[in-house]
Amino acid sequence: MKDRLQKIREDAIARIRESQNPDALNEVRVSVLGKKGELTALLKSMKEIAPEDRPAFGQLVNDTRAEIEHVLDDAKKNMDQMLLEMRLKSETIDVTLPAKKNAVGHRHPNTIALEEVERIFIGMGYEVIEGPEVEYDLYNFEKLNIPANHPAKDEQDTFYINKDIVLRTQTSPVQARTMETGKLPICMISPGRVFRSDEVDATHSPSFHQIEGLVVDKNITFADLKGTLEEFAKELFGADTRTKFRPHHFPFTEPSAEMDVSCFKCGGKGCRFCKGEGWIEILGCGMVHPHVFEMCGIDPNEYTGFAFGVGLERIALLKYEIDDMRLLYENDIRFLRQF
Amino acid sequence: MNTSLSWLKAYVPDLDVTAQEFMDAMTLSGTKVEGYTNLDADLEKIVIGQILKIEQHPDADKLIVCQVDIGEAEPIQIVTGAPNVKEGDKVPVVLDGGKVAGNHDGKMTAGGIKIKKGKLRGVESNGMMCSIEELGSNTDMYPEAPEYGIYIFPQDAVVGADAIEALGLHNTVFEFEITSNRVDCYSTIGIAREAAATFRKEFRPPVVEVNGAGGDVNDYISVEIKDTDLCPRYCARVVKNIRLAPSPEWMQRRLASVGIRPINNVVDITNYVMEEYGQPMHAYDLDTIAGHKIIVRRAENGEKFVTLDGQERLLDDEVLMICDAEKAVGLAGIMGGENSMITDDVHTMLFEAANFDGTNNRLSAKRIGLRTEASAKFEKGLDPNNAKEAIDRACQLIEELDAGDVVDGTVDVYVKKKEPVRVPFEPERINALLGTDISREQMLAYFKPLELAYDEAANEVVAPTFRQDIFRTVDLAEEVARFYGYDNIPTTLPKGEATTGKKPFYLRIEDVAKDVAEFCGFSQGMSYSFESPKVFDKLLLPADAPERNAIVISNPLGEDFSIMRTISLNGMLSSLATNYNRRNKNVRLYEMANIYLPKALPLTELPDERMQFTLGMYGEGDFYTMKGVVEEFLAKAGLSKKESYDPNAEKPFLHPGRQAKIIYDGETLGYLGEVHPTVAAAYGIGERAYVAVLDMPSVVELASFDRKYEGLAKFPAVLRDISMIVPKTVLAGQIEAIIRQRGGKILESCELFDVYEGSQIKEGHKSMAYALSFRAKDRTLTEQEISAAMKKILNGLQSLGAELRQ
Repeated sequence: MKDRLQKIREDAIARIRESQNPDALNEVRVSVLGKKGELTALLKSMKEIAPEDRPAFGQLVNDTRAEIEHVLDDAKKNMDQMLLEMRLKSETIDVTLPAKKNAVGHRHPNTIALEEVERIFIGMGYEVIEGPEVEYDLYNFEKLNIPANHPAKDEQDTFYINKDIVLRTQTSPVQARTMETGKLPICMISPGRVFRSDEVDATHSPSFHQIEGLVVDKNITFADLKGTLEEFAKELFGADTRTKFRPHHFPFTEPSAEMDVSCFKCGGKGCRFCKGEGWIEILGCGMVHPHVFEMCGIDPNEYTGFAFGVGLERIALLKYEIDDMRLLYENDIRFLRQF
Repeated sequence: MNTSLSWLKAYVPDLDVTAQEFMDAMTLSGTKVEGYTNLDADLEKIVIGQILKIEQHPDADKLIVCQVDIGEAEPIQIVTGAPNVKEGDKVPVVLDGGKVAGNHDGKMTAGGIKIKKGKLRGVESNGMMCSIEELGSNTDMYPEAPEYGIYIFPQDAVVGADAIEALGLHNTVFEFEITSNRVDCYSTIGIAREAAATFRKEFRPPVVEVNGAGGDVNDYISVEIKDTDLCPRYCARVVKNIRLAPSPEWMQRRLASVGIRPINNVVDITNYVMEEYGQPMHAYDLDTIAGHKIIVRRAENGEKFVTLDGQERLLDDEVLMICDAEKAVGLAGIMGGENSMITDDVHTMLFEAANFDGTNNRLSAKRIGLRTEASAKFEKGLDPNNAKEAIDRACQLIEELDAGDVVDGTVDVYVKKKEPVRVPFEPERINALLGTDISREQMLAYFKPLELAYDEAANEVVAPTFRQDIFRTVDLAEEVARFYGYDNIPTTLPKGEATTGKKPFYLRIEDVAKDVAEFCGFSQGMSYSFESPKVFDKLLLPADAPERNAIVISNPLGEDFSIMRTISLNGMLSSLATNYNRRNKNVRLYEMANIYLPKALPLTELPDERMQFTLGMYGEGDFYTMKGVVEEFLAKAGLSKKESYDPNAEKPFLHPGRQAKIIYDGETLGYLGEVHPTVAAAYGIGERAYVAVLDMPSVVELASFDRKYEGLAKFPAVLRDISMIVPKTVLAGQIEAIIRQRGGKILESCELFDVYEGSQIKEGHKSMAYALSFRAKDRTLTEQEISAAMKKILNGLQSLGAELRQ
């Protein structure tokens, strides 16, 4: 009996070794270990053995079964591994073939720039507030300290609907509208379309976008204005960006300033991009003029504030190095796809 | 405003800075320098030489050979073709290795032209004699220079000396951008005052003194102002025995440096004082002034007047005139008349330095169409207190230049004297506004050179009347900030109560629209808010279409930009056409922009600005692609119910059989469809194009970011297919409405999976097949429940004329 067991064992292992595919292995499993298999048959013939030897023999059969199962499992594992390797090898592709294009659309560069600016200011606690594009002269000029016949009205080349209604020349009227609501403190930005009667060329468009900013509270200082806009410039143009504030004049702020940033191309050394100056003019700003406060019903002895206005196209043109403003309004898909 | 460094130094003698330093510092203290030009930038090694001997060139008729003394031991030989030189002449000579700025024809070369010694037709030439053009200027600015030929110095010029120096070209001209509030800086003195304050140097304005030659001005002229609002002040002085001559070199050079052409002493003095004091002046031939009387009045409507340029001008009663006892002699502050102008025969001259209302002057000049140097100054609103000083300065120069004899006295009509503004001096408030800690003494030190006086008793700062920008504390704060240095002000962040950064709900919904459009392959375009009224015809809109009620711009850039759009499609179709023309394939665009709907015309209140989400495409995709984008967006915007579509959208610009109103919960949100072939052709789009327009305020009204989780289904769904033949006129929407309504709560979904029209189907019919899914949340549905529901659905469909297929 022992010899038969030994033979079964040796035959089974030999067959396992010879197996070329999972089916052959399975056949070994069935024919040796299965219900009608050789080992089962051997166990059934135990009665031929002396009763006292049966436990030892039974143990031997079980050991043999365990051994064959083990060999079988190993062989199965190796075979699976081999088959997987073969499959993977056969499935090799040319990864340098062209990609299948995902036809995702693109945001307009103006919007991307706007969202950058919005992200920065919303992070600093600013609320986005919009105002009308067709606006009363009262808000576009008068309440901003630009009375009738003020030369600034000429400078801004206003489109008129009639003597009282204009296409707003700036987003600043939203300042007056927001202050008039009487809800203080104010911490807002107001992006939007503005209009000036400039003929279309590489640097002018009769319709463009601005972002207005306004902060009104007790104890707001010019230093706060500088700090806020410096933070903004660093966030928008990079942490190494330096800012320079130059005195300027706007009727609705006093003192007023223009802010330059160090050229983000050359870092301020001077290059073609910044016309050799090392600085690029970015925005106008200033402390809200007390007369503007008075016209909006805010007591300038109690409240102070700062305001600023950024040209969105200017940011977009600078940031993305677009050399012709007309591209922004042509909507050529080859242009838009670059953003 | 331009002025030169050498002229500024006349008032700030200790100013010792480079052009770049000047530009940087002045810009930071508030007088912005746009740029500067070094007049000698391209001039090198040019000396005064004297021609000792001239001989004919042996081989060239038109050339001469000159021996020129350049102050060295030996004269040098120069060959020239210039026709105007003779022996003894003193001329500018550029030496070997030197540089000139341009050609003798006046053409400038950037970086200059290098001059080297060489041979001209075989004869050695060791330099070049220069014309004024080669030195970078012209005969307008140097009237003594010959029209054609070498510049010749006066005989007292020093041989061997720097010729550039002698011509006053070692000078820098600055171009300033003066803001409208700083009228005083439209003058050399004004800028010099700022420069002195900026560089902390002494400011020395001219000391004005007129000796007078006797007589009494009142015997010569009287002045009457009829409209003192438009002419607050009129100063007149008289100069006898006018001796016209060229003005001296120093004056010519200063005028030339800022681009003013020297004419003669009298004209040059008026120009000089206008630059120096910012006060325009006018000179009349007194002998032409009838009745020796000046009357300042408004013109008559329709009055005509010939200005000194010989042009006849048509006037109205808003134009202020200078008149004599009989006639008009000048347009106040704009231009004098031909009838009273100074000619070579002038004997006695009337000088006018007046003050006119800036706004009236600006508007008059605009209406007449004549903006002059003088009006460009007056329109800014000048300080009337400056007029007297300026006219005295002019008379002082008359005496200095010996251009005539100044009659004693001034006729000065000045009704309402302009008084200085007094501002309380509150250093704490200034520091509080700036966020600084600057001492009051330091502030006063900044004010002093600006001539802002401090009245200690009243604790007030007294602003001189030429400072028309100082009224209140913030204006003083600006002065402090400018001279403390904007750069020295600290940088802090506001310390008040924290505010929440946020975007209003409707903008967030717009962002959803942008995101969905982009996920679906649409790129964002932007187009103008104004367009041509012809757009309506192009879009086939009938004459009575409400879209034609558009707001008209009264001063548009042209008819093509003259109305505010009432429909967003023109911009989209134009953009698609641009892309089609450029052979771009598969173009998908969207725009998020306003249309402007007037509540009434003509406009009395602001229009309704409605944000339109406009999608447009051609190339791959069809009507249903566009429909998919619309539904994707509405679903993301929280409009979770099923939209419905009404094929009768009544949009003439869309294909009549391929358009639909987009309806949600009974509300029309917009429309979509294929662009009408006639419209597509009108725009030049050669493919089928599809558009969709959603009215964002309507969408926002229904939109929401609220979402409620519904338990994932635990019980199995039961699937049933329905296949039917229906008349072609039956819409899928009708079928679905019946299925949904009759399927009841247990109907989970209903999907169309096949539509077929063709030979196997009888004429005028189509085959449609739907997959229905039934499910209940709380139980497994029984066969009876499904059968009952299906039966109701099938009965309903039969009422539409559907024949069920087995």
